[in-house]
Amino acid sequence: MTTTDSVALPTQGIEAPRSKRIDPKYLRRSSSSSSSFEMAGWVFMRVSGAALVVLIFVHLFVNLMVGEGIHGVDFGFVAGKWANPVWQFWDLTMLWLAMLHGGNGMRTIINDYAEKDSTRVWLKSILTLSVAVIIVLGTLVIFTFEPCMVDNTGQLLDSAPAFCQNV
Amino acid sequence: MSTPTKEAAEPASKIDMKESGGGGEVPSFEITLQVRRYDPEFSDEARWDEWKLTMYGTDRVLDALHKVKWNIDGSLTFRRSCAHGVCGSDAMRINGRNRLACKVLLKDLDTSKPIMVEPIKGLPVEKDLIVDMEPFFQSYREIMPFMVNNSPAPTAERLQSPEDRERFDDTTKCILCAACTSSCPVFWTDGQYFGPAAIVNAHRFIFDSRDDAGDMRLEVLNDKEGVWRCRTTFNCTDACPRGIEVTKAIQEVKRAVLSRSM
Ligand code: HEM
Ligand code: SF4
Ligand code: FES
Repeated sequence: MTTTDSVALPTQGIEAPRSKRIDPKYLRRSSSSSSSFEMAGWVFMRVSGAALVVLIFVHLFVNLMVGEGIHGVDFGFVAGKWANPVWQFWDLTMLWLAMLHGGNGMRTIINDYAEKDSTRVWLKSILTLSVAVIIVLGTLVIFTFEPCMVDNTGQLLDSAPAFCQNV
Repeated sequence: MSTPTKEAAEPASKIDMKESGGGGEVPSFEITLQVRRYDPEFSDEARWDEWKLTMYGTDRVLDALHKVKWNIDGSLTFRRSCAHGVCGSDAMRINGRNRLACKVLLKDLDTSKPIMVEPIKGLPVEKDLIVDMEPFFQSYREIMPFMVNNSPAPTAERLQSPEDRERFDDTTKCILCAACTSSCPVFWTDGQYFGPAAIVNAHRFIFDSRDDAGDMRLEVLNDKEGVWRCRTTFNCTDACPRGIEVTKAIQEVKRAVLSRSM
């Protein structure tokens, strides 16, 4: 076993046979609790989880049960929803919360399962990148969405929602 | 004095005592014991050893280990001290579960299959069933497992109401066997997590009305590797030979850290 001096305790009389013999793998690298980041993360998982229950189930209900239900979901249906600022806000919140919640959940799983620091850094970099890409892309789509798309002759596409005729 | 009844005179020596009847014979049965062996002086690889033994209905896993060590293979190495579930020396993985060898009766296990005994996981194995407990005790020391009271000492005891005493009763039962910490998958990964046992022993003081260092202990456990790494898997509660509600204690410490910083 490796010997480390970093945990040397002051010698008092005869040293205990095992003193200074702790495997460095177990020495805590974290500088003691300067921030409460992990606590904030823990609280966020619970708060966002509770919010997601409402957001997701209303989302599913409105999309799959109300009116024609699942058969009514098409390009026009989505376009119609996003013409309404309430649904824009709803989907935006759902996107951000789900991605941050899911991202933080994956961060926890990486912390729990990756054994090497280098593996951890790699996996977390990929995770952060994908979360960022999806959040940015999703937000852009919600706000810059153009429901009344035309082909290159200026003619409305067949899939355009009904309200485009009046514009 | 009670009236003398007609009892057989006790023999001069217990050894001369005939099978005096009454309880009947303790049933015996065959078991197969498999132990995970490791001896770095001979090999870097751990291996399984197997013995067939005749054991009795009153025997525990510890008795089977003793039978091997005393009668068959003296090199088999494990810790035990009290043999009665109070010292916490002989936590080991028995059929995949962390138990004290001195508290598991063989007859309660499935004796038709081999009984598998391994060292507890997550701590460095030194030889056979003995692991290096130093990382475990290091975390224990860091939560300051002693009473801190800043008020002048009274002439007699520091009194406490039965209700105040009850508040942390469960966590006073810990015998530091490490069964909980070494059953925790978060601890297995990198050994950085403080672990359930350290939190249980912090709980014992945090919720003691006579203790003044609760804030310091909560600060220690608010660490990146402290209570927030707990994933509530309940392995620790399941493993604790003292029946301590370990996960509940961890949850109470989480709440205390939270309400302190609000
Ligand atoms: C439906 C409502 C939801 C609720 C109530 C909820 C609740 C929670 C809670 C409380 C945790 C923390 C567990 C812990 O600290 O041990 C968690 C973890 C997690 N959540 Fe959610 N969540 C919800 C939806 C989602 C969604 C939509 C995703 C994916 C985008 C997701 C992905 C995750 C992941 C990956 C974890 C980490 C797994 C773990 O720690 O064991 N959750 N969830
Ligand atoms: S809490 Fe239970 S399992 Fe953990 S060290 Fe104490 S006695 Fe052992
Ligand atoms: S030998 Fe003391 S607890 Fe088992």
